[in-house]
Amino acid sequence: MAKDKDLLLDIRDLRIEGFADDRWFEIVHGIDLQLHRGEVMGLIGESGAGKSTIGLAAMGFTRDGCRFAGGEVEFDGMDLTSASEAEKRALRGSRIAYVAQSAAASFNPAHKLIDQHAEAPVLHGLMSRRESEADAIELYRRLRLPNPDEIGFRYPHQVSGGQLQRAMTAMAMSCRPDLIIFDEPTTALDVTTQIEVLAAIRDIVDQFNTAALYITHDLAVVAQMADRIKVLLRGDEVEEAPTREMLSDPKQDYTKSLWAVRSFKREQKPRPPEGTTPLLSVRNVSAAYGDTRVLDGVSFDIHRGRTVAVVGESGSGKSTTARCITGLLPPLEGEILWDGTPLPPRYQDRSKEQLRQVQMIYQMADTALNPKKTIGQIIGRPLRFYQGLRGAALKKQVDGLLDQIEMSPSKFYHRLPSELSGGQKQRVGIARALAAGPELIICDEVTSALDQLVAEGILRLLDTLQKELDLAFMFITHDLATVRAIADEVVVMKEGEVVESGPKDQMFRPPHHPYTDLLLSSVPEMDPDWLSNLLEERGRDNIGEAAGSAGA
Amino acid sequence: MSWFTLAFFAVLILGGVIAGMLQRRGPLLLMFVLLCVSGLAAMMMGPGVLKSISIGAGILAAAAGISYMVRESLALLLPEGGARLIKTAPLTAVFGMLVIAVYILTAVFAPAIAPYGEAEVVGASFQPADETMLLGGDQLGRDLFSRLIFGARNTVGIALVTTAIAFVIGTLTGLIAASMGGWVDQILGRIVDTLLAIPQLIFALLLLTITGPSVRNLTLVIALLYAPLIFRLARAVAGGIVVMDYIEAARLRGERTWYVIMKEVLPNVTAPLAAEFGLRFCFVFLAISALSFLGLGIQPPTADWGSMVRENATLISFGAITPLIPAAAIALLTVAVNFVVDWMLHISSGLKE
Repeated sequence: MAKDKDLLLDIRDLRIEGFADDRWFEIVHGIDLQLHRGEVMGLIGESGAGKSTIGLAAMGFTRDGCRFAGGEVEFDGMDLTSASEAEKRALRGSRIAYVAQSAAASFNPAHKLIDQHAEAPVLHGLMSRRESEADAIELYRRLRLPNPDEIGFRYPHQVSGGQLQRAMTAMAMSCRPDLIIFDEPTTALDVTTQIEVLAAIRDIVDQFNTAALYITHDLAVVAQMADRIKVLLRGDEVEEAPTREMLSDPKQDYTKSLWAVRSFKREQKPRPPEGTTPLLSVRNVSAAYGDTRVLDGVSFDIHRGRTVAVVGESGSGKSTTARCITGLLPPLEGEILWDGTPLPPRYQDRSKEQLRQVQMIYQMADTALNPKKTIGQIIGRPLRFYQGLRGAALKKQVDGLLDQIEMSPSKFYHRLPSELSGGQKQRVGIARALAAGPELIICDEVTSALDQLVAEGILRLLDTLQKELDLAFMFITHDLATVRAIADEVVVMKEGEVVESGPKDQMFRPPHHPYTDLLLSSVPEMDPDWLSNLLEERGRDNIGEAAGSAGA
Repeated sequence: MSWFTLAFFAVLILGGVIAGMLQRRGPLLLMFVLLCVSGLAAMMMGPGVLKSISIGAGILAAAAGISYMVRESLALLLPEGGARLIKTAPLTAVFGMLVIAVYILTAVFAPAIAPYGEAEVVGASFQPADETMLLGGDQLGRDLFSRLIFGARNTVGIALVTTAIAFVIGTLTGLIAASMGGWVDQILGRIVDTLLAIPQLIFALLLLTITGPSVRNLTLVIALLYAPLIFRLARAVAGGIVVMDYIEAARLRGERTWYVIMKEVLPNVTAPLAAEFGLRFCFVFLAISALSFLGLGIQPPTADWGSMVRENATLISFGAITPLIPAAAIALLTVAVNFVVDWMLHISSGLKE
């Protein structure tokens, strides 16, 4: 086979093993991957598909407890699986760069951005300190960061999440690498911020003709970024094709199921007749953390058996509203009515019965379950606490709940949360909320940390439970696809105020409030031209946050 | 050049060659470094050094061998669960457990093992070691070996009880402060600040002078002095736990603070506290010996390792290593405890996926 001189990265039959339970087992089963100069390849798949492992392997790196078991990773003619640590170190940062999911966790909080930016070029002897600072400012300008001359002299906590992610991309570009590996760079961001970062990444990759591996689980995002897409499942390749072909004509069933995820949608329930007392009524609530006012005159109702979606960007007061309802943050003004009677503002003053009626499901299932308790203990505690169940009666109830969340009791009862997958943990969180026998469940971004297929499963489960138990849900989310799928009513929040609210069908039909419009139009679509069209429409310098303030 | 020297280097070179042929990086480096070091040492200090080096290597090899043997036999003898656990234990941890077991046995059966009594004068002062007095005599002619054995009882026992008390007080108050916050946290925090502001040794002297030096008072005073340090650690670690969503969930369920502390927070802070225990335990040794040195610790003629070092310190200037033996006993236990604690931390830090 003739050598392709444009071939930058050539991974052949890559096998990687992980160590667990005293033995090595394969987690990546013979992946082939070719990447040419200036090409962007999207790697998609659920968690555990081996996306990140392959991404790291492209730098000749394996995580602790993993090793190369076979195959070759040839970067520009050099095999990285057998290269010495010193050789690889010389490549990393200078010719291969890595952009991690959480820029906030990847920057050292104790150093200024520009110091961290200049570190690699100076270390690799490519530029002097002064040159690399000038270069950093130029890159910041190209990535359209605000105040490019000055922003580098701030510390990581002084810039916003989207800006930080762009600064991280600038840092990855600092040595003009041939290859950048983006590992879920926008997953932790709001839709409106995500657009800025996506646009910035795409620009910079085009401008410098850099090759990139773009790892994500979001299909719509990868559709905007990649020239070719490779779908992975549990360490195996499912299929690979150019983006448009892959989107319009997926060959494998698994890919089709991924593509179909967003199809879940249930019927919107009719509004209850006028004059029905709402189950929960938030009346004119204002709240503050210390002197910072975060909620201002928020009012909405939740009716029995209905789902109310509260949407908005981070910092819009969605979660704070939930904290007011649960009594964690007593409101400054206004009141929370439960079935027409006011609830005590502080949760300490509420009765056991009042506490039982409202339960929460959290975004991060990892921090929502005590890592030292078994699943049986976690789900059993509310039963024991509220109903005084013990022994066999308790075990029977817990088993029933585990069945309800579609997890086999015999298999999971004695496990610890760390032995579960993300979706299973979230299910346990749901079971714990159900165990209390509530009438309203507040779901705080319950699906945003999950893969799309898993998230869909959770949404379906919640929907089934709602039908069976006539539960009301308050669904806090920034994902409008989720809202489309399950909401009856929508409340849009911005900067602590309710901007717009009403039944779902009205909300998704124009005319919108400008902010609702911005949110709606920022949700990535599967159309590969979506981002380009959108940028055209909004104008290059008026995307994301800028558009938000213009709209307000 | 003697046969011993030749054999010594031959073994090293042979070992290096075998390691090289088997492509074992670690052993090869070890052999190479050992070769260079012993070569230099032999040139500078004469071939006698080689003997010490081989004795040292022999002791290490023997310790590793015994640990390996114990681990494998325990793995065979223990029931399923324990066997799996012990099989994953590193040799260092097994060695640590072995040493601790020996210390405990010594402490428990001290009167049966020791050839002479604790305060019994059996020979001349500083009598050299012979068959009857294995380590020689101390400054009053008491048998050093017997005192070393009785010392295990006093030193280890008192240190253990003291550390345990300090941990119970410190952890409990720390967790209460972190979980309740507000004025409880403020009051406890300021009390601890006050205690920490007073120089420890001076404060201990003051308290012991008031209460009088007895084993009970000594234990309580040192526990009181160390509790604030544990408080600070427990509060800091628990501070990271109480903001977790599962604590919020428990609170919103209406759980009492006591339940939250004992059932939700405590299981999550044990790992760092266990590590601290290993370290604190050793510091308590030093505190006791410092107080003994000043005459307010364990009172003579009761044997304890700290004061034994001091009492025999004069012998150092005559080139004897006798005073270093009790010190070595402390050091060995310290290392052993920390080996075991390291392993425990490794287990609890989530190797269990």
